[in-house]
Amino acid sequence: MDKTINQKAWFLVLPVFLVVAFSAVLPLMTVVNYSMQDTFGNNQFFWNGVGWFKELLDPSTDLGGRFLASLGRNLLFSAIILAIEVPLGIVVALSMPRDGWSVAACLVILALPLLIPWNVVGTIWQIFGRPDIGLLGYVLNSIGIDYNYVSNALDAWITVIVMDVWHWTSLVALLCYAGLKSIPEAYYQAAQIDGASRWAVFKAIQLPKMNRVLLIAVLLRFMDSFMIYTEPFVVTGGGPGNSTTFVSIELVKIALGQFDLGKAAALSLVYNLIILIVCWVFYTVMTNAGAERRPVEGGA
Amino acid sequence: MARIDLVDLAHSYGGNDAPQESFALKPVTMTWRQGGAYALLGPSGCGKTTLLNVISGIITPSRGKILFDGQDITPLSTQKRNIAQVFQFPVIYDTMTVGENLAFPLKNRGVAKADIDKRVTEIARLLDLEPYLNRKATRLTADAKQKISLGRGLVRNDVAAVLFDEPLTVIDPELKWQLRSKLKALHRELDLTMIYVTHDQTEALTFADTVVVMHDGRVVQSGTPAELFDKPAHTFVGYFIGSPGMNIIPAEVRGREARIDGHTIALNRSYDNLPAGKKIEIGVRPEFVDVVAPASGLLTAKIERIDDLGRIRFARVRVGEAKLAARAPSGFTSSDGSAGLKFDPSHVHVYADSLLVEGAA
Repeated sequence: MDKTINQKAWFLVLPVFLVVAFSAVLPLMTVVNYSMQDTFGNNQFFWNGVGWFKELLDPSTDLGGRFLASLGRNLLFSAIILAIEVPLGIVVALSMPRDGWSVAACLVILALPLLIPWNVVGTIWQIFGRPDIGLLGYVLNSIGIDYNYVSNALDAWITVIVMDVWHWTSLVALLCYAGLKSIPEAYYQAAQIDGASRWAVFKAIQLPKMNRVLLIAVLLRFMDSFMIYTEPFVVTGGGPGNSTTFVSIELVKIALGQFDLGKAAALSLVYNLIILIVCWVFYTVMTNAGAERRPVEGGA
Repeated sequence: MARIDLVDLAHSYGGNDAPQESFALKPVTMTWRQGGAYALLGPSGCGKTTLLNVISGIITPSRGKILFDGQDITPLSTQKRNIAQVFQFPVIYDTMTVGENLAFPLKNRGVAKADIDKRVTEIARLLDLEPYLNRKATRLTADAKQKISLGRGLVRNDVAAVLFDEPLTVIDPELKWQLRSKLKALHRELDLTMIYVTHDQTEALTFADTVVVMHDGRVVQSGTPAELFDKPAHTFVGYFIGSPGMNIIPAEVRGREARIDGHTIALNRSYDNLPAGKKIEIGVRPEFVDVVAPASGLLTAKIERIDDLGRIRFARVRVGEAKLAARAPSGFTSSDGSAGLKFDPSHVHVYADSLLVEGAA
């Protein structure tokens, strides 16, 4: 069969190619370019090769120390909020009503925190937690608990974590609720007939059926918390000291505070790479989990 | 193992005060004997699933009682009723192996590990699931999954009855036969009361020794497949069972004669005291009406088409306004499209307001 050769189709791809080039590839290459150089302003650049990257991964240097410390804080933060938000979200979803008008009411209330812009959330908690005028800070201090997120690192961490839990548990809960809603009634009836306890129903039916949405929830919450910037920046500004300085805050300090474009560029690239790798790992795990579900005949 | 009595049982999703016409299940009293194979047959929305759920305890009836072996179990929860149920779509526990699935009901009841293993192997052998015991249950085909659901019911040795809610809906036609014969074999072997809900008459008639036909929330007839075929108690049973269904024709009935379209058909019994003011119809299965060449004394009909079913041919004919199906004997042809209808008097039934009237001998 003769195939007419028609190269015109390439023209259809061209606009997308150009848009992607200008929006993603060129800026990225600029960053790659910066990451290999040093600058003292005045648009003067000096070649530095992989110097910044070496420094970045070496904890004994200033840059490496700051980067690895903030990375550690960031991982700890993500781990803590996942450990709180995922079980809490499941519990919230399980205790939601299954039908009636109250479902709509619950959904609206749950969705509210998700609709508030990041820096407004930060401002709310910044004021809420202030010992002099904030409801939370004032009440805690007046009942004898010494709470001050500006001076105490632990208090700052607790504030940032509680804020994140307040802001994002709804997302986990809503995803889990959607997973729970998709379980056919027959499963619960069968479990009843099989004499399953509440805990057995959760373990044998609800948790496995929520598997996929939970993976999505964990992925989203990990990514988001790993890239967190606005809320802690508004509340604590990264302090006291460096105690709540996460990677993105450190990055902004280096890029805009010190105008070290080379260091900042190298840090961005590594930061980006970590996120990409974690994304890829999650994606692989998720698609494999889906493949396992296919029946034997489908090949697998 | 138990005899099941339904005593004046009724259910309304709108509560007990709703008008009785709106009840999903209208008051019914009947007995299901221990070891019987019953089918609840009826179209979608006729109340058969409601009745099944009332028996399994998923729904608490608005009215009436259910007795297992004479004991009132109406207030008992599903867990305490000792019934097993197989649902329309296979219910299996995804994370467990086939063996764990089968062991689940026993584990929940705190049975000793050794006893569980023994029982699970026994049931797996019965259901031909033995080779899969250590496989993840999610990766099996729909029919194997349905067998697991059934197996979870059978492992408990205290089951009073096994309920099936259209269990073959998602099974391939070829496997349907296999699974159905498996059910019959299990029924014989285990001496269990089985109640099978379906809207498929073939399934019902082949599975059950007693078929309970439901229509609009009411049990309209309960009997053996032969009884349902020969003597439908309600016009609904007549045309729901059989393919094509029974011919129902408005008629005037007096004594041993029925008049249709000016013609007289002889009846086997005498109907002298038919209630006045009711809609009188006669019903006759297509198998007992023959189309023959037109002759005087025969009801004349117009042939619309002839369906050849291979083994048998059915003529679709029209008499005045009424449409009928009748058997077309081999070799029958009609030159002008008209034919005479020959009725078998012993199979012509009389219905008053859709209910069978027993005539006098």
